[in-house]
Amino acid sequence: MNRTYELMFIVRPDMLEEDQDKLISTLETAVGASGGKFVKAEKWGKRRLAYTVRRFHDGIYILLTVEGGGGLIHELERRLRVTEPVIKFLTVRIDEEQKRLDKIKAIRDARRKASAAAPPPAETAGEAPAVTA
Amino acid sequence: MADETKASESPRAEGPGERTAGSERPDRGERRPPRAGGPGGREGGPGGRKFFRRKKVCKFCTEKIDAINYKDVRLLAQFVAESGKIVPRRLTGVCTPHQRRLSLAIKLARNIALLPFAGRAA
Repeated sequence: MNRTYELMFIVRPDMLEEDQDKLISTLETAVGASGGKFVKAEKWGKRRLAYTVRRFHDGIYILLTVEGGGGLIHELERRLRVTEPVIKFLTVRIDEEQKRLDKIKAIRDARRKASAAAPPPAETAGEAPAVTA
Repeated sequence: MADETKASESPRAEGPGERTAGSERPDRGERRPPRAGGPGGREGGPGGRKFFRRKKVCKFCTEKIDAINYKDVRLLAQFVAESGKIVPRRLTGVCTPHQRRLSLAIKLARNIALLPFAGRAA
């Protein structure tokens, strides 16, 4: 039951720095209480919104990465919903995508190791015969 | 063949091709094998789409971009029209598997206000 999720949420643009930190730390304790693991928090700072959300044109983006099950996400989303300054949030499960990427990377690395002797100018090699033809 | 290359020079310059310079080189014709057959019928029509035959390649395949992430607004914005619509595959040349991931990522990004929804006043 160890899934990795990303919670991205937008808070009002006039929210103070210390309030943001306070919100993040309360969420962090909530993660611990629900038996999850808090990985990291990332503050993107103020960004222009692509469309108006609750009459705001700007918002402060915050990204959390957590590990845990669905119950944890349920709890976190409930908290975000009742937190006044949060105007929008999105939860994305990322572990399966990460697994896929790791697999591709592993394949690619293996292939690179196999052809380490020969330089890999694949694109130019494909182009050259077409020109001289 | 050579005449045709010269005739098609100006409309192609408007297109998104990167090979606008050096069009006098004789190797131009050989770059696109199907050029001899197709264009005849549509020659002379209006617009710059007549010679739109350059084989487009998937940006994600050629540049080996594996991760199409909804957070990467810069990347996604290249495949979203001014109106907010997702640009179709036939215009961008993205391959099917990548277009699928791309559209999912764009829709996630729309959800969190990183990209606009289509048809709304931005």
